[in-house]
Amino acid sequence: MELLQGTLDLLILRTLIFGSQHGQGVARAIQETSEEELLVEHGALYPALQRLEERGWIWAKWGVSSNNRKARFYTLTAAGRKQLVKETNKWKRLTGAIARILGAEGAEG
Amino acid sequence: MFGRKRKLDDFASEIEAHIQLEVERLRGEGLSEEGARAGARRSFGNVMHAEERFYESGRWLWWEHFWQDVRYGLRMLGKSPGFTAIAVLTIALGIGATTAIFSVVDAMLLHPLPYAEPEQLVSIQDDLPGVGTRDVGLSEPEWQDLEHSGIFQYVSPAWFDENNLTGSSEPARVRILIVAPNYFALLGVKPQLGRSFNPEDHSPGLLLEVLISDGLWKRAFGSDPHILEKSVRLDTDLYRIVGVMPPGFDAPGRSPEERNIEVWAATSFYGAPMSDHPPRSRRNLPTAIARLKPGLSIEAARNRLDALVGALEKQFPEEYPLQSGWTVRLVPLKENLVGNVRQSLLLLLGAVGLVLLIGCVNVANLQLARANARGPEMALRQALGAGRARLTRQLLTENVILFLLGAMTGLAILVCLKGLLLRFVPEGLPRLNEISVSWSVWLFALAASLGTGAIFGLVPALSVDRLDLTGALRRRGRGSTGSGEQARMRRLLVVTEFALSLVLMVAAGLLLRSFWDLLNVPLGFNPENVMAVRTRLPEPNDPKTDIYRTPRQEAPFFREILRRARALPGVEEVALGDTASIPLDQSLRDLKLISEGQFFFALEGRDTIESNEPAVVERSSVTPDYFHLLGISLLRGRLFHEMDTNDSPQVAVVNEAFARATWPGQEAIGKRFKSTRADSPWMTVVGIVRNARTVSLEEASVPQVYLDVYQTGAKRLEMLLRGHLDIALTAEQVREQVQAVDPTLPVSGAQTLSETVSASLAERRFSMEMIALFALTALLLAGLGIYGVISYIVSERTHEIGIRLALGAERRNILRIVLCQGLGLALAGAAVGFVGALIVSHLMAGLLYGVRPADPLTFAGVALLLVGVALLASYLPARRAIRVDPWAALRHE
Repeated sequence: MELLQGTLDLLILRTLIFGSQHGQGVARAIQETSEEELLVEHGALYPALQRLEERGWIWAKWGVSSNNRKARFYTLTAAGRKQLVKETNKWKRLTGAIARILGAEGAEG
Repeated sequence: MFGRKRKLDDFASEIEAHIQLEVERLRGEGLSEEGARAGARRSFGNVMHAEERFYESGRWLWWEHFWQDVRYGLRMLGKSPGFTAIAVLTIALGIGATTAIFSVVDAMLLHPLPYAEPEQLVSIQDDLPGVGTRDVGLSEPEWQDLEHSGIFQYVSPAWFDENNLTGSSEPARVRILIVAPNYFALLGVKPQLGRSFNPEDHSPGLLLEVLISDGLWKRAFGSDPHILEKSVRLDTDLYRIVGVMPPGFDAPGRSPEERNIEVWAATSFYGAPMSDHPPRSRRNLPTAIARLKPGLSIEAARNRLDALVGALEKQFPEEYPLQSGWTVRLVPLKENLVGNVRQSLLLLLGAVGLVLLIGCVNVANLQLARANARGPEMALRQALGAGRARLTRQLLTENVILFLLGAMTGLAILVCLKGLLLRFVPEGLPRLNEISVSWSVWLFALAASLGTGAIFGLVPALSVDRLDLTGALRRRGRGSTGSGEQARMRRLLVVTEFALSLVLMVAAGLLLRSFWDLLNVPLGFNPENVMAVRTRLPEPNDPKTDIYRTPRQEAPFFREILRRARALPGVEEVALGDTASIPLDQSLRDLKLISEGQFFFALEGRDTIESNEPAVVERSSVTPDYFHLLGISLLRGRLFHEMDTNDSPQVAVVNEAFARATWPGQEAIGKRFKSTRADSPWMTVVGIVRNARTVSLEEASVPQVYLDVYQTGAKRLEMLLRGHLDIALTAEQVREQVQAVDPTLPVSGAQTLSETVSASLAERRFSMEMIALFALTALLLAGLGIYGVISYIVSERTHEIGIRLALGAERRNILRIVLCQGLGLALAGAAVGFVGALIVSHLMAGLLYGVRPADPLTFAGVALLLVGVALLASYLPARRAIRVDPWAALRHE
């Protein structure tokens, strides 16, 4: 299943709430948590990470991964945390509204 | 900001790390090395794409492109040094000249005056429009009314004078300003040493204290630190020096002599040596400045002042007859200083702006030609995937670089030549010492170059949009290119150039004709071989100590110095007069206007003057020889003679203009008139002389009366000497002779009358020369423009011309066709320019003399000149066209 436009940022932020992670880890986490339902093109991840970093929602530094590989680790900032709460609420309202509409239609049909 | 930006290779290594991690994960799931690598790449997607998206997401791309463009632009400019040099020089000329004029405008019109809160400062001027006079000065009671009106914080009359200073090395003549004690408080300036006057001092007569200028302190007292303990004698009176003004401080005067003040003295303008109760009609305070109450706008002040004037008119109907229409004007001090220079300056700025525009049009034209040559390059780059916006931006950057280079060159030249250029500015202009290349001037130059660069850079840049890709590529390597669109654009630019040049040429032509007419105006007197030297008799505060109190006491001195001067080698004729007797002398204009040069007069047998009759007459006191020396001829009656003395009834010689205006249709000789001053005697007209333009070069018939200096006396004396004289030597000899009679008298101001006449035209000459220079530059640029376009057309049509020639067309006809094209452009430009020139010439009507704004001769002459230049500029390429060898032209294909 392809990602909806604009949801990638939300997913990245959500993934980082458990601690800092590198790009590949974020990609894997999204795929695994969604039980392989969501397909993230890894290449698309990086411009998104770049964007989030520029907005000051995450910050990054080079570190060493669990299997001793050099990797760039991303960490959620306070502003990112706030943004996550905001986005999550928005998303819940949106999906709730859509679900209600779809549910109503299903009842009629 | 960009410092924190990530580099592209940092990003690349992050992606590399990602892929490595993914490969390891997949291998952990049991895939082969190769399979894992392929899988990792697949799930990552397009690496290049990700990198590009990262790259373009950054704002730094903009800068990257910008620097790329700058580097590329510089390289391109370096590749065509000829074009670059011409363009940079053209722009340097335009920007440099515009900035130079702007720096003058900035100093004179825009800068605030160097006093505290200058926007509150105003000049007060009394007008009597009913009797046709302006700025007549005010009287002491009127000053008191203004002081107590509640409109002003302070009002100070200022009375310019020249005085004999003794107490320093040699008797010197110093420029002194007599002001109210509140003067320095009014301007808000403190002395560098000592104190200023006590603004509350209202004691009668002159305060026996003076402040001196920094210049006088240094020059006459060698920067003596104990100067405050010293006293100086001004005339014969002793004054204590209480303060030294800071360097650079000067009085806000209109003429050069009213500035450059060296001594300030204070008075309350009543009490000896002035009268105890000065009458309202005695307007002896020539100028006055004031500071408005804080928070009061000038409009509000004007309204309250009008009410005050109305009330005073009711209260004193005798002094303010309704038909004279007394009004008091408030002029912001800054405007007052600049006066009529403003119009000339704005005209100059406009003219130089036009030159800049024409220069820019030329550069744009060159750019278009180059854009043609670069068509294949652009097309190739577009074919390789460069976006149009990107190409436009690059061309724009290139242009802005070009203009900035031009501006820098122009400014560099300007800064280097500043001293030289300032010498061309006439000395009479106010606030000259404030001219500098200040930050606002830099800002102006930057804005001008960026603005013109952006606007004119858009012309070639926009032409990228219309680039026909395949066409341009196919034409590659074949000399001529260029769409019809571009050709039209280039023609339009040339037409614009000609229109702008015509406007400038007409303005220059009109000014030139005015100037020429003024130079050749019959003066009515002969200034050749005449020089003047000044001296001044003292006016002590206590009349009892004055040895030159009455004309009778002065007469022996006059006779003695005349006798001695007549005996000097080379001197043929000598005469004496007061300051007003020097023809066309601008330097003491205001002084002459009030204290000597003019008076209100009354006629015997008539109570009131009709409102349209002159009420003011120019006067001067002279010795009998004055008329012969200056070649002013007697028409009827007699000149002064020995029998006219202090004891005999006063006589006057008047000019035709006065006789005709005052007693139209009657014989003026024998008629009597007097000054409206209470103590004035009746004066009888004994002779009528021809009109001479001694007051104003512009006006042919100014009413004038001449009085006998032996009857009126005079303190400020001018000795006129005719002969083949060496000025410096004669001035020195006159000094010796005068000081042999009275060693306390200073002698100064040697000048030839030819110089005086020429100096009275200095401002006109300056603006005329500048405009003419600009107009010539414009003409040259326009000529170059048309030359470029015709050359281009010819080279484009070489093939066609070859065919025509091969088919038997006559060379004459080819020449005609080409010339007609040039002529067509010039005429189209001239037609547009005519409209602009008519508007401009009417706006500058105030600067013209003897020529109408729509002077057909000037317009026709200028049009003819432009057509001539256009023909010449087209003839050169046209000659190339007819020399085309048909075979070569056809093989050219």
